[in-house]
This record gives sequence, C-alpha cells and structure tokens, in this order.
Amino acid sequence: MHEEDEFGESGVVKRFMYVNRKAPYGTIYALECLEMILIAAAFDQDVSVVFADDGVYQLKKGQDTKAVNMKNFSPTYRALDDYDVEKIYVEKESLEARGLSADDLVIPVEVVAAADLVEIMAAQDVVLSS
Amino acid sequence: MKFGILVNEGPFTHQASDTAYQFTKAALEKGHEIHRVFFYHDGVNNANKLSEPQSDDRNLVRLWSDLGKEHDLDLVVCVAAALRRGIKDEILAEGFHISGLGQLIESGIQADRLVVFGD
Repeated sequence: MHEEDEFGESGVVKRFMYVNRKAPYGTIYALECLEMILIAAAFDQDVSVVFADDGVYQLKKGQDTKAVNMKNFSPTYRALDDYDVEKIYVEKESLEARGLSADDLVIPVEVVAAADLVEIMAAQDVVLSS
Repeated sequence: MKFGILVNEGPFTHQASDTAYQFTKAALEKGHEIHRVFFYHDGVNNANKLSEPQSDDRNLVRLWSDLGKEHDLDLVVCVAAALRRGIKDEILAEGFHISGLGQLIESGIQADRLVVFGD
C-alpha cells in the first residue's frame, strides 16, 4: 500500500492514545474508533487505548445485539493483541460505578485510577477521543 | 506551528465543524501551517456539495471549500466513513478528496499538534 511505504520510510513512531467514552451501540463512535485504532497500529505507531465512562461497556462480555439489529463487534477487540496493541487501560472509577470488574471484559486490561490515567495521557503525543 | 485538524461531526447537528473551521481560519491568519484537515465519522458530511442550507444560514460546506482553495488546504474525507454515508467522489465539493484513515495517522505523525473537534 502506498501510504504504508510512505510511513515506513519516515520511521517516525509517535505515541497515539485513543480514548473511548461512549457505549458500543446507540452511536457509531465506538465502532469507527476501533477502525482508527487498528489503522494506527498497522502503521506501527505506539498505540494505547483507554476505556472510560460508558466506553467500558464496549468491552463487556456476552453482548447480544440481535434485538437492536447491530453487528456485535466486541470480538474484534481481541484482534488488538495481534496488532501488538497491548496498552489497554480501563478507568477504575468508571468500571466500579457500573458494577463491573476486569473479569467481566472480553480482553485483559490494566485497570487504572483516573488520577494515574492523567499522567499516562499527559505522556502521549496524539490523543484522539470519541 | 504545524496543526493537523480532525473534524468528527457534520455541519448541522453539532457545532464541532464550525469551531474547527474558525480555529483553522484563525490559525492560518496567525501564520500557522495546517498540515491537513481530516473528516471522520459524520464529519464526512461537510464535503457534500448537495447540501443546501437555508439562505440566511452559513454554508459550512462552501466555507470549508473556499478556505481550502484560498490556502491550498488538504481536505481529506475518510473513505470508509464516507461510503457508508453515501459520500462519493461525484458529490464532493471542490477541494475535498477521499482517502484512507492512514492520512489521519500521517497527520498525527507530521503535525506538531493534532486538534480534534467532536462531540
């Protein structure tokens, strides 16, 4: 692919962070954000992903979307590991407020308190939120 | 400074695209460089030349198009987001073009700051 060659040659790696704050269905943000994450990873950037607020529901196990006539795309998060996206943070407060724990999620994550997340976020080059 | 701009909302339901436009215009007036304006999510609707706002409303599609012409801006519409919303080459306003999400990542790499406008 033309674009890939272009980036490959430049060899620049930046820290990209994607912040997911919205529920998986009801709006398209979560699905299209996942598409962005996979592209950044395909271009060998240093990618990390955050799930906060209702965004933590994106990772909830056992999603059944038949009744809302939407594709259940939660299995796609498992592909993050194949793309070497290993820095996956879930905000502790958001998880607890919704009665969830890391065991309820489809992939292994690092549960981080909001105060610590601030520091991780401040260390990024590019932060994309949706 | 070199800015990358990401517009995540269309011209009507949200203010994001208006704010992005004002930011881009102000940055250019201050002598900054705009590496690229990338349109994603419903932001792809900013490129639809079939859009006809009422005559006393601002026409954001035209404003982006004119700003693009004036400053030779790279106005890029995401192909995947565009296709599912029916935004195709034949209805693109002047100055916009359709390309891949890689263009957004490149803007994140090349620009000093990538500024996101969205809901």
